[in-house]
Amino acid sequence: MNEPVLEIRGLNKSFGPVHVLHDVDLTVRAGEVTALVGDNGAGKSTLIKCVAGIYASDTGRVLFQGEPVHIRGPHDAAALSIEVVYQDLALADNLDVVQNMFLGRERGSRWLLDEASMEQAARETLASLSVRTVTSVRTPVSALSGGQRQTVAIAKAVLWKSKVVLLDEPTAALGVAQTRQVLDLVRRLAEQGIGVVLISHNMANVFDVADRISVLYLGRMAAEVPAKDVTHGQVVELITAGRSGELGLARPESVVL
Amino acid sequence: MAQSSTASKDAAVPDFGIDTVPMTTPEALRDYLARLRAGQLGSLPALLGLVALVVLFASLSDVFLSLNNVANLLAQGAGQTMIAMGIVFVLLVGEIDLSAGTASGAAGAVLAMHYVENGNLLGGMGSTVFILFISVLAVAALLAGLLRIWAGVAMSVLAIVLAASGIAANPWIEMLLALCVGTAIGCITGFLVAKIGMPSFVVTLGLFLAWQGVILQFIGEGGVLGISSSPVLNNVANGNLSPLGSWLLFVLAAGGFAAATLGRHFSRRRRGLVTQPTPLVLSKVGGITALGLAATVLLTINRSSNESVVVTGVPYVVPIILVLLTIGTYVLNRTSYGRHIYAVGGNREAARRAGINVVKIRASVFVVCSSVAALGAIVYSSKVGSVDPQAGGLNTLLFAVGAAVIGGASLFGGRGRVFDAVIGGTVLAIIANGLGLLKQPAAVVAVVTGLVLLLAATVDALSRQRASTSAR
Ligand SMILES: Nc1ncnc2c1ncn2[C@@H]1O[C@H](COP(=O)(O)OP(=O)(O)OP(=O)(O)O)[C@@H](O)[C@H]1O
Ligand SMILES: [Mg+2]
Repeated sequence: MNEPVLEIRGLNKSFGPVHVLHDVDLTVRAGEVTALVGDNGAGKSTLIKCVAGIYASDTGRVLFQGEPVHIRGPHDAAALSIEVVYQDLALADNLDVVQNMFLGRERGSRWLLDEASMEQAARETLASLSVRTVTSVRTPVSALSGGQRQTVAIAKAVLWKSKVVLLDEPTAALGVAQTRQVLDLVRRLAEQGIGVVLISHNMANVFDVADRISVLYLGRMAAEVPAKDVTHGQVVELITAGRSGELGLARPESVVL
Repeated sequence: MAQSSTASKDAAVPDFGIDTVPMTTPEALRDYLARLRAGQLGSLPALLGLVALVVLFASLSDVFLSLNNVANLLAQGAGQTMIAMGIVFVLLVGEIDLSAGTASGAAGAVLAMHYVENGNLLGGMGSTVFILFISVLAVAALLAGLLRIWAGVAMSVLAIVLAASGIAANPWIEMLLALCVGTAIGCITGFLVAKIGMPSFVVTLGLFLAWQGVILQFIGEGGVLGISSSPVLNNVANGNLSPLGSWLLFVLAAGGFAAATLGRHFSRRRRGLVTQPTPLVLSKVGGITALGLAATVLLTINRSSNESVVVTGVPYVVPIILVLLTIGTYVLNRTSYGRHIYAVGGNREAARRAGINVVKIRASVFVVCSSVAALGAIVYSSKVGSVDPQAGGLNTLLFAVGAAVIGGASLFGGRGRVFDAVIGGTVLAIIANGLGLLKQPAAVVAVVTGLVLLLAATVDALSRQRASTSAR
């Protein structure tokens, strides 16, 4: 079994009166793909954003490589080499591919950016991922297709030599071929020893690439199981009812929002 | 890193069509045309408009292209062009600063009062107003501190020191004081918009009125503070470099531009990055050098209509604008601060997630805007030789915003350059000057200017549509 790289313990998050996450635990292991599944509104994106420092969690602990850490903002997450690819891709349309990949972490001094070295690094990263559809790394992101944008966002994670990569529905808007490419890419990230969390609604994709499956049900962690120990049907049941046979929440019927 | 770079370089060739193969000149031109068709027009429409206007007025009026008028035109438009240069920063983050005009007027009024009262602002304002004035500066310093914009703190404190010390009139002190007051004003605007989170339209509308009142209070109804008796203050917009100075300026500006452009070009070449073809870059540098050369030759000819006086040399406003343009362009294109301004304007949430301090960036652009506007006030006050209660009011701000938009800056944020303000400002100055020469009444000038602005906004909107439809 691989080392846990990121552990979340007892995380709670409310938006005003709405309690979105209840005592959520999640373990991300280096070199494994952990699929995070759950129905719409289960709280998957919220959980990711808490880890990324976008939202402050109400209570809960985060351990990074066994050490307790406090993630107070995107900078802290980046400093721990946690990279996030958001569902609503966070790219600036008016900037080009290179500028987006290095946004907030530009190379060179504060008073003189090193454009050439950033451009080279961005191109090498994209080339290593066999990205064929982007004609120029100096294309503004507004001129890229949805799949190309996704690729740029993921390439950013590779570029930054991340230890943990959190992907929020990276294939939701992609065609068949590009989905395949992104999934291959996800596997490759894990093979490099990165701890990967993949959010997806597509069960075929999940069973394709995931080593473990974590199911969120109405803001509670219903189950964290190795992918090979469960069937398709069981996971669907966990997602929709929060419980499947021995697995899942004790009495999901009593859960109220 | 280095190993992987050589290994993947070969793989990269088929992956990035135009990225790894150097472009030939025809290819580069085709690429440019394709981008134009896709709606990335930049300042091309404004440049074409500029040429059309010059041709139009030159054919209608013999005086228009006379050396005297050209030099005059440059000085006439300089003040509002400078305000527009500052406004570009605010437009880039998708905000608006309606108060930039009257804020510049307030800075100008302080400058003029300091000169006229020989540094005794306490006497000029009366003790109550003076204490309020110092308190506002202190508040500005405090707010800048809360925003951690240290330059804003320093400038605001410097303004307090200069104002309270009662130091005797000195044109350089006065200009520094005006700049400091402008910076302090920007700290207040920036805090209200970025930290408190009020819409910039409302904040700056309120401040527009407030600063107008401040100017009136400082100068008094119907009053005028003359500054033309100071040779330095008068020369800012009315003086010229000596012929030797003009040539030095040419060598510096053209040489600097060539060195920067070619240096960048060849260093990219060396590193195997895509560049424009060398002949194209060379002809660009050559063309601009030739333009500068022609302008310098013409402006160093005696253009006086009076036999007994000699007027030669490049007006001081030209190096002033060039320096601002260079600094502004450098900051926006080559520093991380500039990059973050574009990012905040393009997608504020993305910038926040990338760890950029969005509050600070949004506040700082108002500081830049008001500071540059104060410099603009120095120039336009110098041009008319005095500051009156209307300084910076009326259409000053609207013309400045118009200049930026005509030049190609977008009101929606994320797109624009300091150069756009210069082009747009020149277009507006030419319209006002040309129609004036043709003895057209103010009504016509206003209507034409409005139509040109509408035209520019239409081009902007259409090219945006084009860009969004051709994107996918
Ligand atoms: N900023 C917010 N303010 C208030 N409520 C929010 C906010 N963001 C999310 N929520 C609520 O939190 C719950 C979880 O949302 P979240 O986006 O995490 O779901 P999700 O599991 O990612 O769903 P999907 O599969 O549709 O992406 C939803 O009920 C949503 O309405
Ligand atoms: Mg989601």
